[in-house]
This record gives sequence, structure tokens and C-alpha cells, in this order.
Amino acid sequence: MIQTRGLRKSFRTRQGLVEAVRGVDLDVKEGEIFGFLGPNGAGKTTTLRILSTLLPPDDGEAIVAGADLRREPGEVRRRIGYVAQGGGTWDEVTAREELVMQARLYGVSRAEAKQRAAELISAFQLESFADRKCRTYSGGQRRRLDIALGLVHRPRLLFLDEPTTGLDPQSRAHVWDEVRRLRDEGMTVFLTTHYLDEADALCDRLAIMDHGTIVARGTPNELKREIAGDVITVGVTGAGEQVLKLFEAEPYVRDLEPVGDRLRLYVDDGATAMPRILRVLDDAELSLASVELHRPSLDDVFLHKTGRSLRDEAA
Amino acid sequence: MKLVRDTWLVFSRQMTLVLRNPIWIIVGLTQPLFFLLLFAPLLRPLFGDDAYQIFIPGLLIQLAIFGTMFVGFALIAELRQGVIERMRVTPVSRLALLLGRCLRDIVQLLVQAVALVLLAIPFGLSVQVENLLLTLALLAIIALLCSAVSYGIALALRSEDALGPLVNAVSVPLLLLSGILLPLSYAPGWLQNIADLNPFSWAVTAARELFAGNTGADTVWQALLIVGTIAFAGVAWAARAFARGIR
Ligand SMILES: Nc1ncnc2c1ncn2[C@@H]1O[C@H](COP(=O)(O)OP(=O)(O)OP(=O)(O)O)[C@@H](O)[C@H]1O
Ligand SMILES: [Mg+2]
Repeated sequence: MIQTRGLRKSFRTRQGLVEAVRGVDLDVKEGEIFGFLGPNGAGKTTTLRILSTLLPPDDGEAIVAGADLRREPGEVRRRIGYVAQGGGTWDEVTAREELVMQARLYGVSRAEAKQRAAELISAFQLESFADRKCRTYSGGQRRRLDIALGLVHRPRLLFLDEPTTGLDPQSRAHVWDEVRRLRDEGMTVFLTTHYLDEADALCDRLAIMDHGTIVARGTPNELKREIAGDVITVGVTGAGEQVLKLFEAEPYVRDLEPVGDRLRLYVDDGATAMPRILRVLDDAELSLASVELHRPSLDDVFLHKTGRSLRDEAA
Repeated sequence: MKLVRDTWLVFSRQMTLVLRNPIWIIVGLTQPLFFLLLFAPLLRPLFGDDAYQIFIPGLLIQLAIFGTMFVGFALIAELRQGVIERMRVTPVSRLALLLGRCLRDIVQLLVQAVALVLLAIPFGLSVQVENLLLTLALLAIIALLCSAVSYGIALALRSEDALGPLVNAVSVPLLLLSGILLPLSYAPGWLQNIADLNPFSWAVTAARELFAGNTGADTVWQALLIVGTIAFAGVAWAARAFARGIR
């Protein structure tokens, strides 16, 4: 659905050249939710603006929804929907009027535009405020309208720039449900986020971006496994050095470290390692006080790749 | 025909916004009303009963210039709001984004101009319908020019702080050199020569001829031609700025 090679974009500012995007290669498959995770200023919005024809890239190639970005920008525009980070509605008009106008801008007839507006209003549950002025909407209501506006022309590919930033948990859940519903209807959704849990729970695949380049990519599970596999913490009563020695020889343990009176074991796959660990302890006739399996978070991935924690950045 | 359709779409949305915010219409009408009530009486001792016949045409041109020179502010607000960006990812004609807005400005101006003329009639103003229509055509062209240029500049500057002083710097000399406030026949020769280079001074002279009933005066077609040509160039320039700035 999207292929890019070597996309680059710099901005000239008074303080000098800002290299916002420095060679981005992407492959987004049809029908998936693809996430772009990265801290502030990573270049997520810039990449999205390039892919949606808003910014000409300095260099690089891209095929978006089957059309060449440089040669057929008009075709790209017809095939994609784009919802900007800040949205974009006039204060003094209603959601219904905005939806009708947006459909008309895509060349849809007036009757058909009204029909589509009504469909989207019911699909996104906007009924209760659709005929009120946008000025009066809550953040979540406005965001749902923004997303609906990106869909009036039934695109095959939808770009969502930080669809849930600043929303309360309930509105976020609502947006997640909408995005999943769109995917289930066959649409490809490309979204950006700096929320780890969102990237993890919502995206089928993702790319982690930092300082204008992609530092890691894959499914959330692949990414997390790539780093550390799983982490198993065992507590063994009345044993110290002895336990450490016991596991050092085991082939499936990639790394281990004692933490207090417990031991952290880094393994490739916790599910298969767990029974083997238990057997080792059993054979050594040690009694187990506690055992815990953690999955490494995307934050561990980001930390590993960039040396910084995304959590600190976002805070 | 996509251009016409898209222009109409943009225009209707812009009109909706104007009508929902009638404060701008009221402000737009009270300004000329102040000139009519508070300034025109000063001219009576100078020009006698002709005072309104001389002053109203100039006031109309002034309205056309100053009513539209500052429309770029609204565009900057829209850029900031994100609505322009939302339009830009649609296949809407870029030229329509400009022309739809200019059309709104023209309609708004013509409503104000007609209202001003109607208000001045009780004060003794008289004008034939065909001459009024020709004047309105002239006003529409001026409004098209000024609003297109204002949008073009706004797009280049993208900042209200820069737009305000720039527009003021341009418009004040244009106003003084147009003979709007007092006819330039009172000016010394060198000032008249400079004023001849100001297309708006031609427009003012033409409008005065029309209000004096001289439909066939040379300045009338000359002014239409001069202002029309410049308006064409202005729109072409602004259209390029639109096509490039918001491609
Ligand atoms: N129009 C512009 N002019 C100058 N610099 C820009 C412009 N747009 C973006 N930048 C710079 O490019 C870099 C990347 O910005 P971008 O908006 O793509 O980041 P982002 O990943 O979307 O961040 P956020 O999570 O804060 O939205 C930043 O350093 C930003 O300041
Ligand atoms: Mg961004």
C-alpha cells in the first residue's frame, strides 16, 4: 500500500538547517494498522505530510496507494484520507456541514454528499452533536469528526497523525475501536503516536522513528523479542551463588542478573523456557518461592535502540 | 467546469461563515456611515450641493480598497486552524481556493457599496442606474485585485504581525495619491503627476464622471482597462502563490 525509498526532507530555518526526515524506507501492507512511534520532533508528521502530498520531499521515491507520489500527486490525493495532528474545522459550522462540504470537495454530488455525511455521523456516533457548531465540541468529539472527515471519499488508505493525543481514556478507547473497525473493513491505516501502549495494542506493525530515521521496525511482539526475548524473575529460598551457576550453563538463557534475593533471566521465549527453568530448579532440589514472566515493553526497545527512554521524553 | 464548481463550493462556505458572524457586516457598514455623517458635511461649504456627488464615488473606491486589503488576516487564521491543510489534501482546484474567497470579498463589498449609495440618496445624491452598475463593476475589479494580492502576501508572510504593517505601508500612500478625500485638481502639479501613476486615482476620477452622468467619458473606459489589467496580473500572481505555497 505504501513503499518508500530514501525519503528526505530538511527545513531551512534562521537557526540553520533542520534535517527532519533523513532517509526513510517503509513498506506498509494492505489492510494493516501501521504505527509510527517516536518522540517529539522525530519527523513523524513531516513523513506523513510528504506521503500525503502536502510537502515535496527533497529526495527519495514513494508509491502511495498505487500511485507515484512525485508524478501523480492528484491520484494520490484521491485515494488517501489524511487527518492532521491538529485537525482542521471551522468553528462556526456544524459537523454535518463539514462532512457534506468535504465530500463535495471530492466531486461527490450534493445528494450523495448528504447521504455519506449521514452514514458517517451514525458510524462515528456523532448524532448527538452533529448539528451543533464545531466551536462547542469536546476534544474527543472534535477528533472523531476529524477522522470522519478523512473518510468521506472512502479512501483505501487513511493517515492519522496522533489520533488520540490529549484525549481522555474513554475517547481514546473509542478511537481505537473505530480504527480497528476500519481495518476490519479492509482499509489500511497509517497512524503516528508517542504512546507506547497505543503502538503496542493497536498496531499490527510499527516503525520506531528517532531524529528523522527509522531505528526499528516489525510487529510489536517481534520488536520486543528482538531486544530481550522475555524476562523471567525467579525467587529461590535460601540460595545465592549456587543458583546463578545453575543457570549460567543453560543454552536458552541469554543473560542473567541477580536482583536482590531474586534472579532475572533473559530468555528468547518465556513460554518454552519457563518449564525448563522449573525443571532445573526441581532437579537441584531447590524450592521455588516465586516466579514471574514479564514481556519487555516497547520502551525497552526504544531504550535499547536510542539509549534514551521514550517515557522520559514524553513526560 | 471543475474550477467553477469548486469556486462556488469555497464561496458558499465563506459566505456561510460571514453570515454567521454578522459583526463584520455591521462594522463594514458603520465605517462608511461615519464618513457620510461626520466627514461629508465638512465638504458642503466647499462644494455646495455637489458635495455628495464628488465625495461618495471616492468613498466607494476607498471602501473597495480598504475593505479588501486586510482579508489576508482571515487566511492566516485559517492556515493556523488547519482548514487550508485539510482542503489541500483534497483534489479541489487550488485556484478555486483563491477565487472563492475573492468572490466572497467582492459580494461583501458590493452589498456595502449599494447600502452606502442608498443611504446617501436622502442627502441629495443622485445617480443613474447604468452609471451605478458601471461603478459597481469598477469596484468589483478593485476588490478582486486587492483581495487577491492580500491573500498572496498573507501566504508569503504567514504572520499577522508582518502583514498588518506591510498593508498599511502600501495602502496609505495609495489612499493619499488617489484623490479620494479631496479631488486632486486642488493638488500642485508634481503631486498630480505622481497621482497619475496610481491606478486608483484613475478609478476615482472615473467613478466621479459616472456619478456626474458622463457615462461616455474617456476616463471611464481607461480606468476599467487599467484596473482590469492590473487585477488580472494581481490574480495571476496570487494564483501562483497559491499553487506554490499550498500545492
Ligand atoms: N515547517 C517547518 N519548518 C521548520 N522546521 C520544521 C517544520 N516542520 C517541522 N520542522 C522540524 O522538523 C522536525 C520534525 O518535526 P515533525 O513535526 O515531523 O515531528 P513529529 O515527529 O511529528 O513530532 P511530534 O510528536 O511533536 O508531533 C522538528 O525538529 C521540527 O521542528
Ligand atoms: Mg507530529
